[in-house]
Amino acid sequence: MKYKETVIITEQKEIATDIYSMWIQTESIAHEAVPGQFLSVYTKDESRILPRPISICELDKEQGRVRLVYRIAGQGTREFSNYKVGESLSVLGPLGNGFPLDGNYKRVFLIGGGIGIPPMVELSRHLPGEKILVMGYRNQETFLREELEQNGSLYIATEDGSMGTRGNVLDAIRENNLAGDAIFACGPIPMLRALKTYAQEKGMDCYLSLEERMACGVGACLACVCKSMDVDAHTHVKNKRICKDGPVFAADEVEI
Amino acid sequence: MDYKTNVTLAGVELKNPVMTASGTFGSGAEYSEFYDLGVLGAVVTKGVANVPWPGNPTPRIAETKSGMLNAIGLQNPGMDVFIQRDIPFLQRFGTKIIVNVCGKTTEDYCEVVERLADQPVDLLEINVSCPNVKEGGIAFGQKPEALEAITREVKKYARQPVIMKLSPNVTDITEMAKAAEAGGADVLSLINTLTGMKIDIHRRAFAIANKTGGLSGPAIKPVAVRMVYQVAQAVSLPIIGMGGICNGEDAIEFLLAGATAVSVGTANFANPFAAKEVVEGILEYMERYQVSDVRELIGAVRD
Repeated sequence: MKYKETVIITEQKEIATDIYSMWIQTESIAHEAVPGQFLSVYTKDESRILPRPISICELDKEQGRVRLVYRIAGQGTREFSNYKVGESLSVLGPLGNGFPLDGNYKRVFLIGGGIGIPPMVELSRHLPGEKILVMGYRNQETFLREELEQNGSLYIATEDGSMGTRGNVLDAIRENNLAGDAIFACGPIPMLRALKTYAQEKGMDCYLSLEERMACGVGACLACVCKSMDVDAHTHVKNKRICKDGPVFAADEVEI
Repeated sequence: MDYKTNVTLAGVELKNPVMTASGTFGSGAEYSEFYDLGVLGAVVTKGVANVPWPGNPTPRIAETKSGMLNAIGLQNPGMDVFIQRDIPFLQRFGTKIIVNVCGKTTEDYCEVVERLADQPVDLLEINVSCPNVKEGGIAFGQKPEALEAITREVKKYARQPVIMKLSPNVTDITEMAKAAEAGGADVLSLINTLTGMKIDIHRRAFAIANKTGGLSGPAIKPVAVRMVYQVAQAVSLPIIGMGGICNGEDAIEFLLAGATAVSVGTANFANPFAAKEVVEGILEYMERYQVSDVRELIGAVRD
């Protein structure tokens, strides 16, 4: 079930340069959503007609709240960052499929890069087994670090070497001699591509959360497709819809 | 007071004048999760070809001020899957079914139209105005002779009334409307998207992979209203008006300009309930101004 709701913002703060954390009050979506899903968030400026897809960072089912952590990527997300606590916001969700939680792995990697880090927070609470969290940041502004540390051992890579391993998430995995049975990842395409190859080499299961420019967010417009290995159920042409069939795919299911 | 909202297109009676614009609503499945499609006058499907089409590379869309560019490239599963899966699905709702037909050649269009002849489809909409495919599409929709010829060919195979969907990317849309009428079209729909371009100045690259895309959304509404008005003066065929309709008031504007029915397109992306709200908005307008029959509004504004 998807809900289109006008919700109240109960918390909003900048947690790193241009990265904002917002809690919204929505019992229905908080109850329905699973880790890895996203919301369509609508701007109030009607000249921006398309919703912005934003991944779910945390679900507070008890208090009926959802946390969205987003980066200012343009005028729409800049508008969101200007909203104050108590203001309303129009959202649609939960959308997409979410990460598979029934893998029964002994030890799993949760890997996030940049604005792909937020969905790893809620995922880390639901995946069974030992969790190794490897997060790639630009610099020492390691947002969501406290939340991530609560549910597994956290390793950090920074592009500028100001904290943890200098380099990317795979550099951190190698430097720390880390090993696991499966990968759950969200982040930029070069990172996901490298992880797909790494998982193939190691014979690990690998699940990737993809993104693409979206219009409808519900699977109708066919804007956000990715190339798939098998024919898709919708069009039968090897194009899967990231918003509807994803955003999470088994790595060997998609060409990236 | 009892308000009559039904309209007739080429002998097909719609419970109200509101339909969905092709390509913005799939075959309805995704939006049926939000409301009963039976509230709509008709569902117009995404373009259906004779075989599956994979569409264009991504990125396929870009937002613009009060609008968006798209170059999806008519990704569709082809007529076999469509007939087997989508038509039975749409039959459940008690709304009229209008199938948008696309093709690369005249033969492609005719093959789909012929195949649909014995299907429970109410009207056919021929897409001769998609700006995002290299062959077919708009190639038939920018020259009056070509448009008249393909209309005539399609009509030979069609068992349902034929809507010709016109492109705004022409010098004089009334010439195109007259050509479609001469070819035997039963209804005209307009406008398809306006060809546009967006450049990402930060990456110094085209914003969408296809370079150009079709502009839609509220930004194009005044162009669409003007063209509906012009075509309504030029031909006697009923018109389905579209281009930036977001609410009942927008729809009323098209009716007053001469449209018999309207399509809601890009607004579905901005609000999944948009088409349903347009139905409700038309009724609110009728109540407010005591319009007992929606047909009184059609073409009511003129010289």
